[in-house]
Amino acid sequence: MIDPIFLVEAALNGILLGGILALLALGLNLIFGVIDIVWIAYVDLVMLCMYLVYYLVQVYGWPVGLGALASIALGALLGIGVHLTIITPILGSAPINQLLATGGLLFFLQSFATFLWTTDHKSVRLSLPSFEIAGIFVPFTRLIPFAISIVAVVGLYLFLTRTFVGTAIRAVSQDREAMALMGANPQRIYIVTSAVGGLMAGLAGALLIFQYSVHPFFGGQFGPLTFMICVLGGLGNMVGAFVASFIMSEIISLAGVIWSTEMGYVIAFVVFIVMIFARPGGILARRG
Amino acid sequence: MSLLELAGVTAGYGAFTALWDVALRVERGEAVAVVGPNGAGKTTLLRVISGVLPMRTGTLTFDGAALAGHPAHDIVAHGIAHVPEGRRLFPMLSVADNLKMGAYLPTARARYRESLERVYALFPVLAERPAQRAGSLSGGEQQMLAIGRALMSRPRLILLDEPSMGLAPVMVLRLFDLIRRIRAEGYTILVVEQNVRQVLKLVDRAYLLEVGRIKMEGRAAELAEQDFVRKAYVGL
Repeated sequence: MIDPIFLVEAALNGILLGGILALLALGLNLIFGVIDIVWIAYVDLVMLCMYLVYYLVQVYGWPVGLGALASIALGALLGIGVHLTIITPILGSAPINQLLATGGLLFFLQSFATFLWTTDHKSVRLSLPSFEIAGIFVPFTRLIPFAISIVAVVGLYLFLTRTFVGTAIRAVSQDREAMALMGANPQRIYIVTSAVGGLMAGLAGALLIFQYSVHPFFGGQFGPLTFMICVLGGLGNMVGAFVASFIMSEIISLAGVIWSTEMGYVIAFVVFIVMIFARPGGILARRG
Repeated sequence: MSLLELAGVTAGYGAFTALWDVALRVERGEAVAVVGPNGAGKTTLLRVISGVLPMRTGTLTFDGAALAGHPAHDIVAHGIAHVPEGRRLFPMLSVADNLKMGAYLPTARARYRESLERVYALFPVLAERPAQRAGSLSGGEQQMLAIGRALMSRPRLILLDEPSMGLAPVMVLRLFDLIRRIRAEGYTILVVEQNVRQVLKLVDRAYLLEVGRIKMEGRAAELAEQDFVRKAYVGL
């Protein structure tokens, strides 16, 4: 029998991981919900941002905060760049072509990263203390990214619900032509959406590099998980994606302690496949 | 000079031509109707004016500015608001957020509070439920919201596409009363309607559109007396 303290610790670690997964899932889901194209290479943009932070902080000795800001800026720029160069020309194409184009970007980015930085794993290690509550150690290197993720998610929520542009982003996702009749240039809304989605990727990259090492195939580690969360939550459903992030991170974390990390992923994918059949519209979709 | 003037407008979808050499004008402060049978091209005409559908040939002049070929979001900025067929509300957004989107233009945004008060005064039923999702409103309320949303942009011309469509007869009468009140506030209106008898009581002039061509034009009262129109559309 496993000591219950380990399970509590695993559950806590699941929550801490869920925060960052939520960041990734919401960024990807926002873009899909508004522009209706899945960026297969989304987590590969995160990978580029992680390399940026690695070089700025580890190699050139920038302060951590400044490196993170640079990562966020790079993410936003990459988001705009991907939209203008890859998404805009294929907006009206068949869905399969859109998948091929963003999938092609994935292979391009992976090869590009391998060429520039080799397949070595690179990481930034911060020596931050842990604190202890009732026998459970919580490392600050995980708690701080979690707190920042939650602040970012709340910020995104306020942006989408309280501001003119944020509301317009939601409106475009419901009726693009009607929003043009309101005087909004859809292309401009798309660019803002891609920038916000990219910004979330940049922030996720800045938080992940302090917990995971980066390598050219980092996207393979978190990419499928991120898509799974988006589908589980209901593609385009932001609240669903948020909830699904924590369901998935808890499954992986708890099963990881009870059995092994690999088993955690196996169970997560099985749950996902079962849910696809049980609730194809996502966990929060209305029945019928 | 007329507020809106169309000349030689031809437009369509793919190989299909829906409008042939259409000419039309709307004077400042006027209410004008376009009537005609289903499939005559009435909706296409409004879509061309608001820039949703690009015209193939022809000119569109609004308040002296040549607007042919301008995208929809730019035409709104010139002061033409389009209440489209089927209302096209943002169903998952609240009533208040739908109205907010109506004021998306920078010029309208600056006067958002004031416009909101005017729309709520015109449609008190909307003021009672600002937080309700637009998709859950009744048909009549949805049409009021669609018109209110268009008014939020502070337009100088309002295009109404089949405002009475899908409404109960009692609601149709109420809606026409509301359009009359909007007129009285000084708005210029171009309305497309199936409900010919009601709409001819509302407008100053009307055009009869048939298979994409303007067949007749005149004062609403005179047109209602024309045997042809009366028999075919008014049903008297």
